[in-house]
Amino acid sequence: MSALLSVENLNYRHKAKHALFKSKTRPFQLKDVNFSISAGETLAIIGDNGSGKSTLANLLVGVYKPTSGLIKLNEKTLAAKHTKERCLNIRMIFQNTKESINPAMTLGDILDESLVLNTKLSAQERLEQIDKTLRLVGLLPEHRYFYRHKLSDGQLQRIALARALILNPKVIVADEPFAALDPSVRSQTINLFIRLQRELGLGFVFIAHNLGIVRHISDRMVVMQDGRVVESGKTEVLINWPKSEYTKQLIHSYYSLVNGQY
Amino acid sequence: MPLLDVKNLTLEIDTADGWIKVLDRVSFSIKDKEIRALVGESGSGKSLVVKAIVGALPERWKIKADRMMWQGEDLLNMPQQKRRKITREQIAVVYQNPASSLDPSATLGDQLMEAISKEQLLNCWFWQKQQRRKKIAIAHLHKVGIRDHTNCMASYPHQISDDMCQKFMIALALISKPKLLIADDPTMAMVASTKIQILKLFKHLNQTRDLSILFVSHDLLSIFSMADSLTVLYCGQTVETGRMDRILKRPLHPYTQALLDSAPSFSRGLERKTDLPTLDGSIPPLRHLPIGCRLGPRCPRAQKECVKTPEERRIHEHFYRCHFPIHRPSR
Repeated sequence: MSALLSVENLNYRHKAKHALFKSKTRPFQLKDVNFSISAGETLAIIGDNGSGKSTLANLLVGVYKPTSGLIKLNEKTLAAKHTKERCLNIRMIFQNTKESINPAMTLGDILDESLVLNTKLSAQERLEQIDKTLRLVGLLPEHRYFYRHKLSDGQLQRIALARALILNPKVIVADEPFAALDPSVRSQTINLFIRLQRELGLGFVFIAHNLGIVRHISDRMVVMQDGRVVESGKTEVLINWPKSEYTKQLIHSYYSLVNGQY
Repeated sequence: MPLLDVKNLTLEIDTADGWIKVLDRVSFSIKDKEIRALVGESGSGKSLVVKAIVGALPERWKIKADRMMWQGEDLLNMPQQKRRKITREQIAVVYQNPASSLDPSATLGDQLMEAISKEQLLNCWFWQKQQRRKKIAIAHLHKVGIRDHTNCMASYPHQISDDMCQKFMIALALISKPKLLIADDPTMAMVASTKIQILKLFKHLNQTRDLSILFVSHDLLSIFSMADSLTVLYCGQTVETGRMDRILKRPLHPYTQALLDSAPSFSRGLERKTDLPTLDGSIPPLRHLPIGCRLGPRCPRAQKECVKTPEERRIHEHFYRCHFPIHRPSR
């Protein structure tokens, strides 16, 4: 099966601002990241704080430009200048859904924005598209007229998902989409993700902390530490037979939490 | 005698639509050396319970309780000064979001040393006091697992990492040698390995220092691994209270069942990528709280009687509020 999204030898070096007195801290580096996913697959990225997970997500959607290395979508290289193609095909869901939605715009306008910027649809067609997407994520077309403060966390998460889905992307990148949600809403959102992936064949890259969720929904897994990929592979294999010391430690600590023995 | 005994705590707040009961007859108790977990989703009033215990609520809100006893003394009907003294000396709170609840304009060392009470510096001369303060502060930092004390004490809250901040908050809470530690969501958004460090620390303190802990969180994983007993809150109502192992083995309230189901980690036999069992709908906003049992509209077992608030029932030490608990087949 051909790869939907693949990343080859991706390097990124965070440029420190030029200061008169140089700070002693080393600039952050992301080194030699390789992975690939095919349509309908889920990739989970796990690792400690400051291990470069969010940087990797930002590189994929094009917020940062990689220092070297290739990001390929459907076997075609995505260069930094292909903004349009990237916008249409790779969409991101941010960590704090609430803060990432503009409080001064209605949700309909927010969804409309991405259509106006990226497509040539007429106003009527855009409206239809918005209605369709809202239904898809389990909301009502009336939610168009709402502002963000009227909705609950779970509904906002759905709006964030709708914003990502509205351009019919191939890949969705999500930065800890489940961390801030309450347990019952969280399982609803997980169910929604799984259903949409099944129906639309989306590739899904997400960053997570909770290994229980990772094990449940992901096919592949990348473990990162200090900007390097420590280990990557099939989730089942990695969780059952971790090779590197760091992964073992992560998985061990997770299981000791579940079993209550530590 | 329990350390803290709260019975039918009701809190009404004043909104544009009149008075709303945000906490409706919440009861629980904390025994000596017990770790009690308070679970609930956001908006269920967990933090309000914490604030009600330490008395940090605005005065115009109506707070009522059949009893709210701290070691046999009624917290609600005592002079303000006495209450403050108790909360200062015997109860400590680790607040949500450590990085933002610390003073950003003072170094961590200053904040920690400020919290040392006079009683701890009694038998030394005034020129020795600063030295003594520093010594106590450093000892506490070591106790919670911060080894690099010079660096930590000299830095400001934004300069240290989140998990270090969390540990620092715990040190700050412990410095007045409390009997009860209230931890409000101490493991939010943490990696499993850091989480374990924090939980280990709590457990260690609980065993060595005989500290009782009220662990407020919605992170089920960490709760189940450390707490002795559990109180489940839903929209300001206590839904179920009891020993952890019993509730884990046999939850009686449908909401507790849903909570347990929602963590994929506990259902071993679950096929990958299948739907998780959930409750429909979402948590109702404060203005639209349903009457009677507040879970009513979302509950899979709801029936006509559920518009009446269920009374508390008990099976041994296991309390629950439900007309149709799970052990009984629904008609």
